[in-house]
Amino acid sequence: MQLRTAQRRSVFVNGERTETGASSLGELVTQLGHEQDAVATAVNGEFVPRPSRAATPLSEDDRVEIVAPRQGG
Amino acid sequence: MNAMERAPPDAKPLTLYGTEVSSRLLLGTARYPSPQAMSDAVRAAGAGIVTVSVRREQARGNTGSRFFDLIKALGTRVMPNTAGCRTPKEAIATARMARELFGTDWIKLEVIGNDDTLQPDLFGLVEAAGALARDGFKVFPYTTEDLVAAERLLGAGCEVLMPWGAPIGTGRGLANPYALRSLRQYFPSVPLIVDAGLGAPSHAAAAMEMGFDGIMLNTAVATAADPVRMARAFAQAIEAGRTAYEAGLMEMRDMAAPSTPVAGTPFFDLERS
Repeated sequence: MQLRTAQRRSVFVNGERTETGASSLGELVTQLGHEQDAVATAVNGEFVPRPSRAATPLSEDDRVEIVAPRQGG
Repeated sequence: MNAMERAPPDAKPLTLYGTEVSSRLLLGTARYPSPQAMSDAVRAAGAGIVTVSVRREQARGNTGSRFFDLIKALGTRVMPNTAGCRTPKEAIATARMARELFGTDWIKLEVIGNDDTLQPDLFGLVEAAGALARDGFKVFPYTTEDLVAAERLLGAGCEVLMPWGAPIGTGRGLANPYALRSLRQYFPSVPLIVDAGLGAPSHAAAAMEMGFDGIMLNTAVATAADPVRMARAFAQAIEAGRTAYEAGLMEMRDMAAPSTPVAGTPFFDLERS
């Protein structure tokens, strides 16, 4: 069985291609220096709630959105 | 019809989805010259709700947390938007991210159909509103003055509608007062908030005099030379317009009618009549 953590993949984070060794969305969020509670996430256009991040695997070319509160009208 | 025969308009505070809000002014938090100016304007306006958004966060950035701390310090109810979304799918995912971040199921739903007019895509709006309402959201759809779209949005589960005054950021005021008036008359008991396009306090007062329940503003306040004073000016105009509506405006007429009594007018004799 292959070790998932050893595998590096290329995903899009907020539109930018990013190389990562993270095997899950939760790991990616931490590796990018975010507090889990400070951001919200989506993968390939679908919202991923906080409790599901750790169990959400990442695949090559996945499109990840990591967002936070901002000014709005 | 004289004033006594007219039904007195509802003088109760504004209630949205069963929640009483403290003011009929909803204020956006974008485009102010500084975070301090934004906070001061919200306080000066006595805004009942402030709108916010979600945007991409940079790696190792904490812009979002700093901004949210500022908003929490205002103690004002927060309503996130789905600004910039062009499809129901984008709007639904954005609304869900916003619900998690801000801890509220209130959502100002925008599905934009045209880049130049920032006009709502009414078809996508109805679709997204239905999906979000089924998911437990309290949806505040940014819509046009279109009556059929309004009916569809209510059918989809919306209990509040936010028709535009004019396209976002134009400051043109009520572009189609006839249609807005019709909408108001057609849905007498649905909370209707005029959202977008207002530039001057007189625009807000005009909408409130028509019987609209509230006003959503951003650019007109944020880009004023003095946003804090402009926030206060809008708050006064909204209050004046609402009070006028509750007081019952006189009917317009074509011919003049003297306000000073005619009886007893000096020098009134047969020669003049």
